[in-house]
Amino acid sequence: MKIDFEHRQSAHCETGVISNLMRHHGLDISEPLALGIGSGLFFSHMPFIKVSGLPVTTYRIMPGDIFKKFSKRTGVEMKREKFSSPEKAMDALDACLDQGLPVGMLTSVFYLPYLPRAFRFHFNAHNIVIYGKEGNDYLVSDPILEKPEVIDRRMLIRARFAKGMPNTNGRMYYPTHVPKDVDVNAAIIKGLKYTAKDMATIPVSLFGGKAIGYLAGRVANYEQKYGQEEAKKYLGNIVRMQEEIGTGGAGFRFMFGAFLQEASGRLGNPMLHKKSLEITKIGDMWRNFAYDCGRMVKGRANGMTYQDLADQLSDIGRREILFFQSIHKMKF
Amino acid sequence: MKKKDVPQDDENLFEGKFKVVKYALDDEGNYGTVGSSGWEPENTVLNQAWDEINKKVEATLKKIEAGELSPLAYHMEKNIMDLGMLSQYMDISKRNIGKHLEPSGFNSLEQKTLEKYAEVFDISVEELKKTE
Repeated sequence: MKIDFEHRQSAHCETGVISNLMRHHGLDISEPLALGIGSGLFFSHMPFIKVSGLPVTTYRIMPGDIFKKFSKRTGVEMKREKFSSPEKAMDALDACLDQGLPVGMLTSVFYLPYLPRAFRFHFNAHNIVIYGKEGNDYLVSDPILEKPEVIDRRMLIRARFAKGMPNTNGRMYYPTHVPKDVDVNAAIIKGLKYTAKDMATIPVSLFGGKAIGYLAGRVANYEQKYGQEEAKKYLGNIVRMQEEIGTGGAGFRFMFGAFLQEASGRLGNPMLHKKSLEITKIGDMWRNFAYDCGRMVKGRANGMTYQDLADQLSDIGRREILFFQSIHKMKF
Repeated sequence: MKKKDVPQDDENLFEGKFKVVKYALDDEGNYGTVGSSGWEPENTVLNQAWDEINKKVEATLKKIEAGELSPLAYHMEKNIMDLGMLSQYMDISKRNIGKHLEPSGFNSLEQKTLEKYAEVFDISVEELKKTE
């Protein structure tokens, strides 16, 4: 059985699943709108939380929270379930498919055989949609791919019951009610205000725009503190979080620019179009930073120091704070 | 980033399967999406992460040859797991997994436990006892 489900490729899994599932239920939401309404853009550096021995840097809010905020702001009601056993999890999935409902779920990319080998780490927060079943194979709409894929039942179970951070526990979700008269413009404003407030005003140095300056301070000392080889690993990890599959470039800053343009058109607010070009410039600075980090990792620094990289980050941090302060002060 | 500047630095990390979506501006300053087959700094740091994993696997193989570790250590590293994660998959304490990583502990494992390890790594018990 195969549900008539339109797969559209996205940059990011969570915003892509939101966009594809909503469109299926009659709410036409682009990926950038999903990011903006769900207040997906963020920044945080948490040196005391380590994954594979490297501190966490993130350019977005917590996995799953974009969907939650999006649902709250649009009035979309979601059914969310987790399961104690694979059998129950697969039965529940099959029951939904029988009713013609495509189902979103949390998986580990390590167990998705259709993905290229190089990207299969134990990342347990990858969102996909299952929209059908043919014999022992499930039909997958993985938002980061150009085309739909298939996965056999055994591997899907492994992907749905991965252990680590977090345990996926067969988590799945689907909309139970999508209002016909969603006030998208109001949702855009709410999402935008939330992001601006958090980026501009959180008083803790680990979160929001301030955290970019905080990371700059850490980067400046990387080589002294950890030695040349370790320092490169720390640097490489920052760039991976910024650019690896799923951010659309510059740690969601470009996708956010696309959101601001769409918001500008919908709200008839030309200022947001200007803001879109501003965040794009900041995104370009993030890309320059990543480029220079790549040179450092490859040992082609040509005299560039960790202090130089830190200075770039400080500059980006100051600009992001000013940028989001200006949106925070806007009246809608 | 301008659409025409979206990098296409293909190092076959996508195995030719697809291009990723990047958001970029056209000449009029309007946003759209462009497929990218990779960007050099991205490729560099991804390869860096794999080099690190491969180094660990190599070091583990040497220790197994020297009789310091059991083949289990190889499969754990090869699957990018650590004690904590393997302990969760096996539902066995980290301390006991630690014992199984030693040749003596591994050699005295019951068939049932060997089968469970093999299942976690998606290989046969025969393969579990080897390092290839």
